Parts: sequence; C-alpha cells; structure tokens
Amino acid sequence: MKRSVLQIESLRVSFRIQDEYYAAVDDVSLTVHENEVLAIVGESGCGKSALALSIIGLHPPERTKLEGAVVFKGKNLLTQSVQALNQIRGKDIGMIFQDPLTALNPLMTVGKQIEESMDYHTTLSTAEKRNRTLELLEHVGIPNPSQTYDRYPHELSGGMRQRIVIAIAITCNPALLIADEPTTALDVTIQAQIIRLLKNLQQQLNTGILLITHDLGVVAEMADRVAVMYAGEIVELADVHTLFTRPLHPYTRSLLQSIPSLQTPKETLHVIQGIVPPLTKLPRTGCRFRSRISWIHESKHEPHPILREVEPNHWVRCTCYQHFYFPDGGEKA
Amino acid sequence: MVKFILRRIMMMIPQLFVLSVLIFLLAKAMPGDALTGQLANNPKMDAQTLAEMREKLGLNDPLYVQYTRWIKNLLHGDLGLSYVHQQPVTDLLAGRMWNTILLSLCILVLTYAIAVPLGVISGRWQDSWADKLIVGYSYVSFATPLFIFALIMLFLFGFKLGWFPTGGSVDIQLEEGTFDYYISKLNHLLLPSLSGALISTVGIIQYLRSEIIDTKVKDFVRTARAKGVPEAKIYSRHILRNSFLPIAAFLGYEITGLIGGSVFLESIFSYPGIGQLFLQSIMQRDYSVVTALVMISGLATLIGTLLSDIILSVVDPRIRID
Amino acid sequence: MTFLRVNQLKVHYPVRGGFFRKVIGHVKAVDGISFELKKGETYGLVGESGCGKTTTGRTIIGLVKATAGEILFDGKDLTKLSRREFVQYRKDIQMIFQDPYSSLNPRKRVLDIVAEPLRNFEKLSPQEEKRKVQGLIEKVGLHSDSVYKYPHEFSGGQRQRIGIARALTLNPKLIIADEPVSALDVSVQAQVLNFMKDIQKEFQLTYLFISHDLGIIRHMCDRIGIMYRGQFVEEGTKDEIFHDPKHIYTKRLLASIPNADPLRRQEQQKLRQQIEKDYEQLYSRYFDAEGRVYPLKRISETHSVAIP
Repeated sequence: MKRSVLQIESLRVSFRIQDEYYAAVDDVSLTVHENEVLAIVGESGCGKSALALSIIGLHPPERTKLEGAVVFKGKNLLTQSVQALNQIRGKDIGMIFQDPLTALNPLMTVGKQIEESMDYHTTLSTAEKRNRTLELLEHVGIPNPSQTYDRYPHELSGGMRQRIVIAIAITCNPALLIADEPTTALDVTIQAQIIRLLKNLQQQLNTGILLITHDLGVVAEMADRVAVMYAGEIVELADVHTLFTRPLHPYTRSLLQSIPSLQTPKETLHVIQGIVPPLTKLPRTGCRFRSRISWIHESKHEPHPILREVEPNHWVRCTCYQHFYFPDGGEKA
Repeated sequence: MVKFILRRIMMMIPQLFVLSVLIFLLAKAMPGDALTGQLANNPKMDAQTLAEMREKLGLNDPLYVQYTRWIKNLLHGDLGLSYVHQQPVTDLLAGRMWNTILLSLCILVLTYAIAVPLGVISGRWQDSWADKLIVGYSYVSFATPLFIFALIMLFLFGFKLGWFPTGGSVDIQLEEGTFDYYISKLNHLLLPSLSGALISTVGIIQYLRSEIIDTKVKDFVRTARAKGVPEAKIYSRHILRNSFLPIAAFLGYEITGLIGGSVFLESIFSYPGIGQLFLQSIMQRDYSVVTALVMISGLATLIGTLLSDIILSVVDPRIRID
Repeated sequence: MTFLRVNQLKVHYPVRGGFFRKVIGHVKAVDGISFELKKGETYGLVGESGCGKTTTGRTIIGLVKATAGEILFDGKDLTKLSRREFVQYRKDIQMIFQDPYSSLNPRKRVLDIVAEPLRNFEKLSPQEEKRKVQGLIEKVGLHSDSVYKYPHEFSGGQRQRIGIARALTLNPKLIIADEPVSALDVSVQAQVLNFMKDIQKEFQLTYLFISHDLGIIRHMCDRIGIMYRGQFVEEGTKDEIFHDPKHIYTKRLLASIPNADPLRRQEQQKLRQQIEKDYEQLYSRYFDAEGRVYPLKRISETHSVAIP
C-alpha cells in the first residue's frame, strides 16, 4: 500500500461575487499517494483549477472562503498562516502552471528564477545553489545548462520554458507536485516529451502528482487514478484503466464520446446538451448533471446524490448512471 | 548599442533641420523685427538709420540667404545677437542654462522621490485609506494649474511665512565657491522645485499604481508565491521591477514637460533661467533669443526620447537594440 | 475538379540589421508550397506552431501579401489582383477564426456582426437584411431573437457559431477555418465540428482546415498536408497519412499524439522511443544540411513525400 501525501477532506472553495459567496469546489474529498499521478479532469468551469490553487492558498484571500481540510504532513494547510505556508510552498509542494511564457518573470534570468526558491528553503551557498540549478536544468532535459542559466524566458522556446517551470517546481524534491494543465499550451511532440519527463520525475523522486487537465488523452497517458469533476463535484473516481474501459457516470461517458478518437473514428461526435452553468447559476441540489441529460427521467436521479463505491475503488455519484443511454444510438466503442 | 545611438543621432539631423526651417519662418512671419523694438526704446533712432541698419544686418536679403546665414552661425555656436540685451545670445544663455538645468534636475529628483513611494503604497495596498488619500491628492494636483499652485506656494511660504527667498537664484552678496553660496543656491531652488514636483507627480503616481495593480495578478507573481517567496520579496523582486519599466521609460519624456513647466515657474519665482528669459524675449520681440531657445528645447526633446529608449533597453532584457 | 490551386507560394519577411537597417536575411514563413483543393472536400493543413499553416490561410484570403507564387481561384491568380478586383473574390472565400471571444466585436449586436459582410457587398433593405440574418442564425442553431443580443451573452460554442454564420452570409464557396475549435471545451468542440460537417453538405462548401490537433484533422479532413518550417513534408489522403506515413517527421508527429487507451501506454512509449531513435539516426536522409526538408516527390496518385 502506498503512503498518502495529501488528503483533501470535504473541501469547499467559494468565491465572492457581488457580496455573495458561490462554491466553485463543493465538498470534494481526495487522497494523493506517493509515486502516483491523480488526474482531475473536467471542462472549464468545473472547479478543477480552483481546487488546485486552493491547496497551497493561491487564491486572493479577500475574495475566497475555504472550508474543510487539506492535510499535508499532518497539518491542515487551510488553517496555516501565510508565513507557515511559505515554508511548504516550493519546498514540499511544487506547482507547475499552464502557460510557461506568462508563468516566468520576464526580467529575471531563468537560472535566478530556479535559484530563488533555494534562497528561502535552503542554506546553500551561492556556488552550491548555482550547481544545483545546473543539475536541475540538466535533469529536466535542457541542453547547455550553463548557457541557459543566463538566458531570459523570451529567449527560450515554449517547450524549454515549460521545462524551466518544472525545474522550479522540483527544486527541493517536493513530496507533491501540482500540475495545472502542464501541456495545454504546447505542441504535441513537446507535450509527449513533457509527459515523459513528469512520469520519470514521479518515479525517481517518488513524488505524488496532482494533474489538472481537460485533455483525456493526457489523462490516458499519464494518470494512475482519475477523478472526473463536474460543476464543483467529483462525479466519478477510478483507476485509469477502469475509467477508460468501464466509465459509468453519464458525464464521463459523454466526454469520452465527444472527442474525435484516432483509434475509433466515427462520423459524428457526441454533443452534450446545454452548457456548463456559470458559477452563480449552479444547481445546488440533486444531480447537477441532470439538466444536460434531460431524456433520463427525473425519478432515476437521487434527490441527494452521493459518491458511492460501486465496485472496489470505483466511485460514482448519483444513481442515474444505471439508467443512462445515449439518445443518438449509444457508444461505438 | 553604440550603433543604435549613432543611428538615432543621425536621424535627428533631418528632424532638427525641419524644426529650424519652421522656427526661422515663424520668426520671420511675426510682425516687426528686432529693430522695431529698438525704435520704441531708443528715441534717437529714426527711420533712415533703421533702414540702413536693416540693410547692414542683411534683413533685406532673400529668405533663403538669411536662413543659410543663420544656420551657419548656429552651427558655429553663434546664436546671434540679442538686440534687447545688446549682447551675444550665447553669453546671455550660458549662466541661465545652468540655473534651469539645476532647477529641472531638482524637480525631477523631487518628483520621483515623492511619486514612487506614494505610487507603490497606493498600488500595493489598493483601496486602503492610504490609497484613497493618495488618489485624492493626485486628483487635486491634476486639477490644479501649475501657475496658480506656484503662486499660492510663493505667497504662503515666501511672503507670509518667509521661509524661502522669493526671487533670484542665489544671494548676490555671497561669493561664488563658498559653502554659503551653495547653500543659498539650494535655498533658492527649493520652493520652485517643490512647487513643480508636487504638480508633476500625478502622472507617475497614477501610472505606477495601475502598473502595480496589473502586475500583482500576473502569472509569474503566482509562480513566485508558489515558490514560497515571502510577500515583501514578491514585491521587491517581482512586482516592482516589472512595474517600474514604463516609469523608467517615462523619464526621458519628462524632460520635455520640464521645459514647458520652467516657463511658468521661473517667471513666478523670478528665477533667472531660460524659461523666464523665454517669456521676456517673446514680450520684447527679441527673436534671436526666442529662436535659439526653441531650437534648444527641440534638441532637448529629441535627446529625451532617445534617453527613454536607451533606458528601456537597459532595464528590459526583451528589448534589444542593435 | 480543381477549385483552388496554390502554386509555389512563398511568404518571406525581411529581417533588418546593421547601421542602415539593410535587409540581412528573410524569415521564410511559407517557403514554396503547392497544393490543390477539390470542390466539396476538406483539406487539412497540419503542423506545429510556427510551421506556416496560419500564414498560408491568411495569404489565401488576402490578409498577408504573398512574396512569390500563385493562388489560382476560378482561374484567376489572386496574388496578381489589385485591391479592388480582389474584393470580388473575397465574397467567395471566408474565414473562421480561432478565438470566438476576440473575433467578434463586443459592442455590436449579432445582427450587425452577421450582416456586416452583407452590407459591404449587397444593398438590402433593413427588412430583407434582418430576414436573411435571422435565417442564418437559425441555421446555426440559435434562436432568431438572438440577433438583438451582444456577443458576451453567448457561450463559446454559440459565439463560434455566430462567427460561422457571419462567414456564411455571402454564400461563400471556400471557407478557411483556422483552428476553429482550439479555444473550446471538448463537448462544445464536438458541437461545432458536427455543425461544420452538416453545413458543408448543405452549402456544398470546400474547407481548408488548419489545425495542430491531429485527432480533429482526422475526423474532419479528406486529404491532409503536413507542414514543417514553411514547407510541405508530406501530403496524402487521410488513410495514407494516418496508416502509411512515409516521412520521419510525420511519423514522429503521429506517435506524439496521446493514446486514449491507457493499457497501451508502454507500447506507445516504445514506439515513440523507436521513432525518436530513427529520427536522430536517419535525420540526414530526410533533412538537408540546413535542416530543411526536400521538395515533395510523388509516390502514388495521391501521396507525396519530401524525400530526395
């Protein structure tokens, strides 16, 4: 049994919109283990990024309300002071962001940006820091580390920049990496390289990775376990093989049917009815997906759906999955 | 870099040429000439002598001949003769130029010394009471015309309270080179430069404030937070440097504004600089002085913009000039 | 039947340097590409960022000036036409842009957005114009009352359909779609792609479909051209490209696509490593000394590869 590195317990993340708080993440519980990639997948507005940023408290505090618990190394991160969080950020928990161009300071050399986190988390000398940085640059696959050290972000390609962002995140060998859409802004060939790099780091450093993505292909390539989020809730949680071979929740099944697949081409793609409701208009009671599968009778939904373990380690929310079918003829799998 | 500066200086030549033609033609188009003013001041001057003098000075030559003569002299550093002061414009300007440069520098330093901390406070603690106070101040100073504000300052601190001298650039009894001489010079500078600075801070405060507010939410600041960088360092290492970029570039352009401001300030505080001279010369139709001053301010503007570009390329690695 | 023929198209941008800002070189965004579109087909232009696919699309529609080469449309060379003559052809060629959030003017109503091309080319009375726009808006699956709304009142997918309605107003023959679904969520993506297929049949449209997403390209296109550094690497039918790729670059690109079957992860990884090895070992067989690909060589009726 793998050791857990992060436990998220009944987390609720609410944002203030005109004096009213709305939960973007609503009662989410998850565990990330060491040497494991847990993917959170969903469309924009499902709350996956809000979840990722709340773990190390990166939301503006004056507009955000955090409830529940995020337990890391025996401490609830939600109740820590900023000073205490700063001891953990960049040291025990690293974070990788989506757009490597905007995620780096344009006025600082990349070497200095990597070194910066050592300034606060280690007592290394200047020379040691530089050596460690060169080592990291090499580790993330940068050719000519000593030259790249003095480069500015704009002088590097997108793929190289993302490697720098990764180097920053792994500087202090963190126990947990949070990767928020790490390959979305990259070309496919670069994406494949970055996925490989992250998988290697996971195994070498025994790191737990929380992967946030909307791309089911990336999930299939990288994840060990997958949580599917819709409207702030987890609707399905399973290991990656189960999720792709036996998806149960209507949302998961619909998502898988809507991507043009290279393996199983189809003439028309499945379209999910309606749109993801905006935060202020999320249905807060009953099955949140029901309005988008209107052909499934109301009585098939639970009044208060909960995430149930329907087979070992396979969790599904609401009973509607038992009755779900595609109106346009079903899955061609 | 050297190449870039050289090229920019080369580009100034046609710009200055166009400027000189314009100034020359405008000066010629003005009613009367330098000698018309003499007529009023000097009762012994009659129309006969005047005509002779015009001929002698070449004022009856075709325009292009006059222009060539003027530009040739200009290139030799001869700015002509001030008919009012009866001395070469070059001599007239020498002392005053230093006074104006001194005043401008003082205003510049004071402006940034006041504006930068206020802008930073305002941007970092947005919507706090301090921010509201600073924004309030900048609105008031935006709405106040420089010459009215300067007059109030002069009246209040110069005449009513008597804290500062009300005119001149230095106490005339003092000997140049002594310690007291420099103190007196500084004392004469303070009130006019403070008046100028308090008004010109507004642009920088507002600019810096909105830059900081924009930069605060940028992705790289979030990256820095995710690294565990303490809040104070987030500002000093990431937010402020990026927010200062446009302000630094502003510095060169500021020079242009200072020249305009010096006209009012020097006149109000009877400070013997080129701004004061400019106003006097216009009123006395001393055109050789006016044209010389306009040429100088044009040159200063061009150098200011060049300076801005150079500063920007030094502080921003994304801008490389070659 | 050839409908649009692009012949040796080049788009070069000068690079200036030195004291007198002399032209010291060129960025070859598009460097001598040739392809044809047949009526009613969807031709896919694929490649990584910076390969010149977007520039190609923009040149055909006249947003970018060609440095050399021909774009033959209806027997006329579009690159030789004056501005005024070109306008006539603009009616027949329309473009759908990537970002539905920035490509619609936020201060205009849907009616004005969709009617804009109409106003430039046809004189219609306000009633006729409104009727026509409402018809189009219904055709793209929105309610006819939507014409009085503003873009921000719509979701991303709906906005993209408004963009498509605008492209359809003048009954174009060719639509250039530049990454039309890249900014959209998968479920919305599906909606727009299905819809584009539907209207293709209905209006007998020809598509030039530009994308970096090979899954979408495969779903949409009949024939495909792979671009690399402004040149074509390979061209062929969908099956040829996906099942029988010949150029190492194409193989590498295809191998990079995430495999949607987690069980085949190891297999896919081995394949990638093998191709990566081939790529390094056989590099000189596929690329010349300057790292550029060779001219296309026809290997079958429909399949061409850039090999010496």
